Amino acid sequence: MAESTALNKKRSPFRIRVEPRLSEPPAWYPAAVTFAALIVALILGGVLISFAGGDPIRSYQHIAKASFGDIGVLSDTIVKATPIILAALACSVAFRMKLWNIGAEGQFIMGAFGASAIVLAPVLPAETPRIIFIPVMIIAGMAAGAVWGFIPGYLKAKFNVNEIISTLMLNYVAVAWMNFWIFGVWTEGGFQMSPKFPQTAWLPRLLEYAKTFPAFRGLTTHLGLVIGIVAAVILWFIIFRSRWGYEIRLIGDNPHAAQYAGINIKQNIIWVMMLSGALAGLGGMSEVSGVVHRLQTAPLAAGYGFTGIIVAWLAKLNPLVIIVASILFGALILAGREIQPSGVPKMIQGIILVCLIASDFMLRYRIVIDRGEE
Amino acid sequence: MISELFSVTVLIGILASGIRLATPYLYASIGETFGQRSGVLNLGVEGQMLLGAFAAFFVALTTGNLWFGVLAAMIVGALMGLLMAFVTVNLHAQQGISGIGFYLFGLGMSDLLFQKLMGTVETVKGFPPLKIPFLSNIPGVGEIFFNQNILVYGAYLLVPAAWFVLNKTTLGLKIRSVGENPDAADSLGVSVARVRYFTIILGGVLSGIAGASLSIALLNVFQQNMTSGLGFIAVALVYFGGWRPWGVLGGALLFSMVNSLQLWIQVLGIPIPSDIAVMMPYVLTILVLVATVSRVRAPTALTRPFERED
Repeated sequence: MAESTALNKKRSPFRIRVEPRLSEPPAWYPAAVTFAALIVALILGGVLISFAGGDPIRSYQHIAKASFGDIGVLSDTIVKATPIILAALACSVAFRMKLWNIGAEGQFIMGAFGASAIVLAPVLPAETPRIIFIPVMIIAGMAAGAVWGFIPGYLKAKFNVNEIISTLMLNYVAVAWMNFWIFGVWTEGGFQMSPKFPQTAWLPRLLEYAKTFPAFRGLTTHLGLVIGIVAAVILWFIIFRSRWGYEIRLIGDNPHAAQYAGINIKQNIIWVMMLSGALAGLGGMSEVSGVVHRLQTAPLAAGYGFTGIIVAWLAKLNPLVIIVASILFGALILAGREIQPSGVPKMIQGIILVCLIASDFMLRYRIVIDRGEE
Repeated sequence: MISELFSVTVLIGILASGIRLATPYLYASIGETFGQRSGVLNLGVEGQMLLGAFAAFFVALTTGNLWFGVLAAMIVGALMGLLMAFVTVNLHAQQGISGIGFYLFGLGMSDLLFQKLMGTVETVKGFPPLKIPFLSNIPGVGEIFFNQNILVYGAYLLVPAAWFVLNKTTLGLKIRSVGENPDAADSLGVSVARVRYFTIILGGVLSGIAGASLSIALLNVFQQNMTSGLGFIAVALVYFGGWRPWGVLGGALLFSMVNSLQLWIQVLGIPIPSDIAVMMPYVLTILVLVATVSRVRAPTALTRPFERED
C-alpha cells in the first residue's frame, strides 16, 4: 500500500484511488449500501419521470397508496408478490452457484402448464377433492419446472453449453409450447385461453373464510403466499445449514477449492438447475391455481421470471430477505397497473437493478482519497 | 399452370420478406459480436433496440426526416452503450444480470416516452424500396435481393465490413486480443477499458439502428415492446454464429426465413400449428450450441471484468 502511494505521488493536491477490500466490511455496510442504491435508483427514476413530463412525487405517492393504502390493496400487493417470491428463490439458488439462470420465466410457465395439465388433460376428474387436487398440481408444476431446468443444466454439465443462452432460448420455447396447448388443444371456444378450472383446483383464498372472519371479505390472498414462505424457509436451511448448501456456496465462491475438496461440480450443476426450475415451476403453479384459474398466456408470461432476477439480487440471494423484497416489487407492479404513464414500474425496476449491481462495486472495493501532504 | 405460378410467387415472397426481416437481427448481432469479441456480453440489446425504435419513430414523425430518425436512434443507442460500458468496465458488474436491468429500463422507458409524447399508435411513411438498376430486373432474384429499402442493404453490407475490421485491421486485432487475453493486451499498451468502451458503444449504436429498422423501415409503427424478444435472439445469434460475422449472417437468415415462412403460412391460412414452427429456431440454436461448443471457442475473457494486477 505504502509503496503504491509513494509511486503514485503526483503534484495534484489529492488523488482518488480504488482498491479491493481486503477485510470484510462491517455487517451493517452491505445493507446500508443496498439501501443507498435503492434511494439513488428512486431519485434517478424521479428525474426521468419529470423529464418525461410527469410528476415524480405524485407518481411515488400513488405507488405507495395504491399498494399499501388499505387492507384490500395490501392483499392485492401480496398476491402480486407471491409469484415473485418463488421466481426470485429460483434465481437465487442458481446465482448462489454462479449459474446464470435467466430462464425462470420459462420454468415458471412450464410449471403453470404442468399444473394445468392435471386439470385440463384431465389427469384428475373435476370432482376430485381439493386436498388431493392441489398437492398433485404442486408436484406436477414442480416436476415440469424441474425438467425445464434440467435441460440447460444437463447441457452445461455435459457439453459446457452457456446457460444464459440456453435458458433464454427455452423461455421462448416455453411460451410457444403453452400457446400450442392453449390455442390448439384446450381452447375455450376458439378464445386464447383454456376453460376455467373447477373450484376444487383453486388454491384456497382468504375471502372463502369471510363467513367466520368478516375482515377477510374480498381479500384474494391465496395459499401460494404460505407456499412461498415455506419454500423460502426450507431453502434457507438448505443453503446455510446443510451439507449440500455448503457445497453450492463453495462452488459459487471458489470452484477450484470445491474441485480439490472432491465435490462433484457437474452433478451439482444439474441438481441446482433442477431445484431452481422446480421453484420457478412452483411459482407458475401457484399463479395459475391461485389467481388466473385457467391457462392463459398474457397473465402467466408477464415477466415474473425477470422480476425474480432483480429481487434475488436486491435480497443479496438471501431466501428470507427475498420475501420482503418481493412485497416491495409486488407493490411496484400493482401500482403500475393504474399508474400513468404505464412504463414507470418496468423502468424503475431496470434502474434499481443497475444501481444495485453498481453498488456491489462499493462492497468489493473501497475508494481511498490520498491527500497530498506527507 | 396457375397453381405453379402461384407457388413460385409465394416462394419469392417468402424469400424477399426473409431477406428483409433479417435486417434488425443483423444490425444488433453484428454490434453484439464486436462487444463479445472484446469480452463483454451485452444482454441489454433488447432495451437498446426498443429505445432506438422509439427515438427513430418519434423524430421521424415530428421532423418528417427519416435520416434524423436514424441519427436519433444512433445517439440513444450510444448513450445506452455508454452507460452499459461504465457499469461493466468501471464497476465490474456481473454482465448477465446488469443486461437484464438495461433491458427492463429500455422496455419501461420507451413505453413511458411513448405514452407521454405520443399516446396513440401512429404510422410513418418509412424508407421506400430502392430498386438497384439492372439487378432488380432479374426475374425472381431481383425481387428477392435488389428491391429492398436502404437500411436492408446497409445491414448486409455491415457483414463484410465487420469481418474486415475484426480480422484485417489493427483495431480488430486490439478488440480480439482484449477479448482473448486482456492481461497480455494491457502489458502491450492496449487500453482494455478504451477498447471495451468503444465496442460497447458501437454495439449500442448498431442496436439503435436495429430498432430504427423496425420502426421506420420494416413495420413503420411504434408499439410498446414491439421488439418482443428480437434483441435477445440477436445475442443468441452471436453464439450461434460462433462469434464470426458470416456465421451471424447465417443464423440471422435462418431465423428470418422461418419467421417469414410462418407469416406466409398464416397469410395463406394453411392449418399448421404455427406455435410448433415458432419453437424451431430456438431449439435449433440450442442444438447448434451443443454441436459447435467443442469446435468453436468463445472469447476467453467473455463476461470477465478486467482488473490490472499491480
